Amino acid sequence: MRLLVNGEPTVLEPAPANVAELLVQLRLPHERVAVELNGEIVTRAERAARAVHDGDSVEVVTLVGGG
Amino acid sequence: MTVNDTPLQLGPVSLTSRLIVGTGKYRDLDETADCLRLSGAQMVTVAIRRVPPKKEGERSLWDVIPPDMHILPNTAGCYTLDDCLRTARLGRELLGERGKLVKVEVIGDEKTLFPDVPATIEATRALVNEGFVCLPYVTDDPVACLRLLDVGAAAVMPLAAPIGSGLGVRNPHNLAIILEVVKAKRPDVPVIVDAGVGVPSDAARVMEMGVDGVLMNTAIAQAQNARLMAEAMKDGVRAGRAAYLAGRMPMKLYASASSPLQGLIHTR
Repeated sequence: MRLLVNGEPTVLEPAPANVAELLVQLRLPHERVAVELNGEIVTRAERAARAVHDGDSVEVVTLVGGG
Repeated sequence: MTVNDTPLQLGPVSLTSRLIVGTGKYRDLDETADCLRLSGAQMVTVAIRRVPPKKEGERSLWDVIPPDMHILPNTAGCYTLDDCLRTARLGRELLGERGKLVKVEVIGDEKTLFPDVPATIEATRALVNEGFVCLPYVTDDPVACLRLLDVGAAAVMPLAAPIGSGLGVRNPHNLAIILEVVKAKRPDVPVIVDAGVGVPSDAARVMEMGVDGVLMNTAIAQAQNARLMAEAMKDGVRAGRAAYLAGRMPMKLYASASSPLQGLIHTR
């Protein structure tokens, strides 16, 4: 499956079925990130039910130092 | 002597420390953690960014923010209304119950990092309607501050000088007018000086004027000894607040002797 993850073209095999699986495959700390799929926020509660499709654009953000 | 003071109220959040600190520009996470603690701050600002590549087991900012610390996500780096709203929503999703507040920041100019004031007002209006508690960063413009009150800002945060400049208070008179007009209209809405403070005397000076709090980052993080400066800033803010509450002496043009004129051993 080809995805755009944080602006980077990314190929994931096997294809993740949903956003929760996507985060596991990307080895991202799921409690410490927020996810946008094609510009729309996917809440924590929705992650397991929200399907990921070929060509989707995903943003995964977290806290960093700032003022 | 302990200062008998009311808390700094930011929406639902009550703070006894009037110093809010940023978490950027530190040399490492140990320094960040120490400075947060030494500053006595009960609220920290953070930025929302794409997840950086990280090695297994490596610490992140999450590990050094104490669990009882209030977190104020910012929309720093946003130049448009849409980017600001999107960043604020991601911050709320990320922080859950801890993410109801947002520092609204829409930048209008790359060199000065001065805010895009109309976009800041629009962003504040939209985010308030979505249930956010908005603390907008704004130019030291009294009218802009009043417009932010109109759209429901929970505090106004005028700059003292450009972000990261350390120039101190460039326009104390505007700040005095902001305090006057904001307090006349909404005495319950805090005025927080955000950006431009360089040294504790800058922080003390604005606190003496009656500002409700100070938000700073670079002045601590980029001091040669950041830990010592964190403590110094805590003292500066506290001293300024105590002086404001104490009420300064009236100024006079001529001298007024502190020692008695009676009982002098010589004649004049």
